[in-house]
Amino acid sequence: MNPATLWRRLPFALAALAVFAVMAFPVYWMVLTAFKPTVLIQSPDPLFLPTALTLDHFRTAVGADNFWGYWRNSLLVTVSAVLLSLGIGLLAAFAVARMNWKGRRGFLLMVFIAQMAPWEAMLIPVYVIARDTDMLDRLPMLTLVYFMITLPFTIVTLRGFIAAVPPDLEEAAMVDGATRAEAFRKVVFPLLAPGLLSTSLFGFITAWNEFAFANMLIIKDQTDRTLPVWLASFQNTFGTDWGATMAASSLFMLPVLAIFLVLQGRVTTGFTAGAVKG
Amino acid sequence: MPSTGHRTGADRDRASGAGPGRRAPGRRGPGGGTGSAPNRRSAPNRRSAPARRTALIRGAVPYLLVAPTVLGALYLLLYPLLRNIVISLQHFRMGELVNGGAAFVGLDNYREILDDPVFWDVVRRTFGFTIANVTLIMVLATLVSLLLMRLGRGARLLVMGALVLTWATPVIAATTIFQWMFQSELGVVNWLLVRAGFTSFQSYSWFASGTATFWIIVVLVVWQSVPFAAITLYAAQTTIPHELYEAARIDGAGPWRLFTTITLPMTRTIFGLITCLEIIWVFKAFAQIWAISQGGPGGATTILQVYAFRIATLQHRYDLAGAASTITVVILMLVLVVYFRHMYRQEALR
Repeated sequence: MNPATLWRRLPFALAALAVFAVMAFPVYWMVLTAFKPTVLIQSPDPLFLPTALTLDHFRTAVGADNFWGYWRNSLLVTVSAVLLSLGIGLLAAFAVARMNWKGRRGFLLMVFIAQMAPWEAMLIPVYVIARDTDMLDRLPMLTLVYFMITLPFTIVTLRGFIAAVPPDLEEAAMVDGATRAEAFRKVVFPLLAPGLLSTSLFGFITAWNEFAFANMLIIKDQTDRTLPVWLASFQNTFGTDWGATMAASSLFMLPVLAIFLVLQGRVTTGFTAGAVKG
Repeated sequence: MPSTGHRTGADRDRASGAGPGRRAPGRRGPGGGTGSAPNRRSAPNRRSAPARRTALIRGAVPYLLVAPTVLGALYLLLYPLLRNIVISLQHFRMGELVNGGAAFVGLDNYREILDDPVFWDVVRRTFGFTIANVTLIMVLATLVSLLLMRLGRGARLLVMGALVLTWATPVIAATTIFQWMFQSELGVVNWLLVRAGFTSFQSYSWFASGTATFWIIVVLVVWQSVPFAAITLYAAQTTIPHELYEAARIDGAGPWRLFTTITLPMTRTIFGLITCLEIIWVFKAFAQIWAISQGGPGGATTILQVYAFRIATLQHRYDLAGAASTITVVILMLVLVVYFRHMYRQEALR
């Protein structure tokens, strides 16, 4: 590279470095603090590189009261909500992508609008309804809400995946004597597997991170809380133990990060549908 | 998206249904099988009762398939929205929550909330918060996307990786990180500021000051939102043909001219879409604010949604909170209308 090119590229390289540092630093700082011995965390001059590492904070975090209970609650609510919306969304997506019926356009428009539903503005009525129907402080209510939050996005993306499978394949199966349901199960469904996977993972992230409803609907019994609500009140659990707080945050982030790695390239296309806010 | 997006499915249905040698009588026109070709072939004179019944069942299939979705939306989406409006028209406080029997009071709650100067402070703060965040997000995201276009492969992957890492950070994890970074005694931010010569930041408690907390939350929201906007804008820019830039460069256009005459017009619709989405997301931000400051200190971070939540949970004024939420929904609807207009235009261009 001649000096002129280098000179011209230098500002971009510096800018790239700055963006990288600003974006990555907070997460780096979380992980570094989580592994740093308490003595070093409390030293007046912070160390920016790992020198001595410890697992103590992770031990404290995992040993916190009801730690696994919160994981169980979060996993239970998230997974059941995702499965529910996947099952029900698949039926609706099939009807929209493959069948011709009166009201289809209207239905799809409602799905698009529901995707943008102002959920945070519905905390109070949902709370009142949950109280009226004796569903307050119960995880199934939270599951139902998360199901409804993820459903529109599930229908929209699955509809796209189903439309991408050529109908000729199904027809060929039906010519060979399969019923419509069989044709769907044996021909379309296997082709849909990647779509189902990424759709459910996006739904998982949304439900896993949700805070407002979990905070509003689960009040009485602290052990029924989900991870985000527990983590948000870290001062009650860890006080000023920042190492343990960062360890707990790292563990909470781990499943989401794993999903991002699994999805890789599909992340951008899926997220641009605007359904999931990280 | 609805315009062309879902027409494809129907067209394919119609096209495949028109084939003469089609044996499987799966697809029907709207309303089910009132005399479509395969049926007429199988029952040339008059259709028997069982055949009519199967046709009717077939026609009902799509409606049965969407029924669970519709039921779920009626109970969990439409009903809460309507209930919100009803509550906002009632005298609904602790007593009514426990015992029921709320009385209608017309527009009293709206009158009360609109007469309250605190509410107008909250509205102003909400708009200020939204404008500050969305402006910062869109400017920074545009700069980052332009930078990504000019980087080599290696550097681009590095920056992209950092963006995705931020994107993947759960909101509540991000709030704990920021509380740690801005901690007064051991926080890394104060350390850096003191090191840079701003010695007044020694042990400065950020979260005791309303203005400081407000801006920390802005930084947090911007930091979390830039990746989505930047990566989407970058993806949109990669679809602009190179020749356009080259031709303009030959004509002597500088970087700013290239940006205003090519990049901006070519990505205008997606830019509008992202701006709308960010407005909606920022406007109803709740988790970040509640986890960090619960709307404090001194109400400095209380935006509309936090305000509604506070008067509901702390003062048990569910009726007032309902009115505030309904006002929020109406404002968001206005943004949504703009969003869907952009959406239609985007689809029409494809």
